[in-house]
Amino acid sequence: MFYKVSRVLSLTLFALLILVPVMVVVLGTFKGDLELMTKPLALPEQWTLNNYRTLIEGGQITTNFRNSVIVTLASVVLTLFLASLASFGIARMFHRVANLLFTVFLLGLTIPAATSIIGIYDLFDSLGLRNTLHGLVIINIASTLPISVFILTAFFRQIPLELYESASIDGASPWRLYRSIALPLSRPSMGAVAIFLFVINWNDLLYPLLLITQSDLKTLPLALLDFRGEYAINFSMIFTAVMIASLPMVVMYLAMQRSFIAGLTAGAVKG
Amino acid sequence: MTNIDTGARKGTGTRSPKPVQSSTKLKRIHDRRFALMILPALLIYALFYLYPTLSNLRYAFTEWDGLLEPRFIGFENFTRTATNDDIFRKVLGNNIEFSFLVIIFQTAFSLIFAIFLLKNTRTSIALRTLYFFPTILSSVSVALVWMFIYEPNLGALNTLLRGVGLDSLALSWLGSETITLRAIAFTQVWFHTGQMMVVYIAGLQQIPQELYEAAEVDGASRWQQFKSVTWPMALPTTAVVLAYTTIQSFRAFDLIYTMTGGGPNNSTNILVTLIYQSAFGEYRFGYAANLSVYLVVFILLLTWVQRRILRTKY
Repeated sequence: MFYKVSRVLSLTLFALLILVPVMVVVLGTFKGDLELMTKPLALPEQWTLNNYRTLIEGGQITTNFRNSVIVTLASVVLTLFLASLASFGIARMFHRVANLLFTVFLLGLTIPAATSIIGIYDLFDSLGLRNTLHGLVIINIASTLPISVFILTAFFRQIPLELYESASIDGASPWRLYRSIALPLSRPSMGAVAIFLFVINWNDLLYPLLLITQSDLKTLPLALLDFRGEYAINFSMIFTAVMIASLPMVVMYLAMQRSFIAGLTAGAVKG
Repeated sequence: MTNIDTGARKGTGTRSPKPVQSSTKLKRIHDRRFALMILPALLIYALFYLYPTLSNLRYAFTEWDGLLEPRFIGFENFTRTATNDDIFRKVLGNNIEFSFLVIIFQTAFSLIFAIFLLKNTRTSIALRTLYFFPTILSSVSVALVWMFIYEPNLGALNTLLRGVGLDSLALSWLGSETITLRAIAFTQVWFHTGQMMVVYIAGLQQIPQELYEAAEVDGASRWQQFKSVTWPMALPTTAVVLAYTTIQSFRAFDLIYTMTGGGPNNSTNILVTLIYQSAFGEYRFGYAANLSVYLVVFILLLTWVQRRILRTKY
């Protein structure tokens, strides 16, 4: 009895703790700020798209959105390609150097990102990569390679050697083995890695904060910080920006909950 | 069977295989080409991540404003930080309090919810999906929403508290030297509990059902079942959850940077935010680099302690 009551109570409480703020944010984007502050939970007295109109007509957020799309897509695609290629090589190399290289990649997993920010700032500054979108893509790739290689190598090591044999006899090159045997088999793992790379790169604040100061190059999370200052007391405006920034991930999450949960849990070390 | 097969099989099984001549040659050629596949990733990672990490370490031994040449000063940063640095001591205390709160509550909540939602019923799956939801949001978004909740005058939490007559509890959630750190810790727990719950569910579902059945036959209560089956069997998962949670708590940069920037009066600064602030707010790059060495040491230390506790107990 006690178990059942406490179960229902605590589950309901935590559900509300997530649902209520989400509702307040979503409803708030269709209200004026005064109404949001005085009646946060009520339906809007008059549904209005004014917040969205003001933000989008301002133009800034569309630029930020575009930057986020470019940086995220480029980072995810390139990281997936480089990591899968390297993981396949590590898994199929017989020489013991393979293990050493794997350990070198693992090293990057144990170092928290914050411990290298000064080195990264310095390097990217001297290479002229600050305030460029490709600089951001490069650091995204370099910093997410360890976790991606870690997960994909574990997968490629599970592929039985027999699967490659017939192709090897036909004289297939390693590249062919990678493309026509390993890659098709690895679709589920690649999918999981792709999802957490999407979420990490889309939501990242640290590296844009470190490298980007020019406002037309800012990504969404960095721009949200500015909205905090600009609309200091205007939460309905802030919520609208939050909504625009979160929508792509929310839509993807609702469409593929299972893969999202699996992928993000696999990449939890990085999050 | 051909030579290629046997050589390949032996190669994976043992460290130094002695396969037939022709296949060794083939393997060497193949190994070289496989190595080429690793090269692009390795170069990018080494140049843009490993190298800056090492140069970060080098700057820890310098005094540097980020503009002029760094001046080598040996261990001076380290000794000064360890012996005569009130802010560092305060921030370290904050970090310990923050991590401790997050680790305790996040682990407890995620384990409890995992037990409650273990069975794959429709409601369970729906609730899991809901609890996991914050994980996909950016920490800046989460921080902004919680700034609204914590806003002292018209914010949601204080409005609610005043509404039910608890005016004395309507505090300045983001402007207090004593409670703000805890308020942010709560946000952090809200943010990541769902994710750790999923890790726990995966672990708990591996526990053989027979163990529970046997315990029930012996007349064990729910609490006894938890104590003698669930907890010991879930220990490996707990180790994983603890490791993740610890790393996450040390990385709570975004939340703190957005919500308070480390204030008031450094009371919400933790090591990562202090590193950023020292370098890019105060231009003390050498000092900041030395703090990051301390940060790594503390993370390693904490991970080691956790492993020891989990191992000695069972």
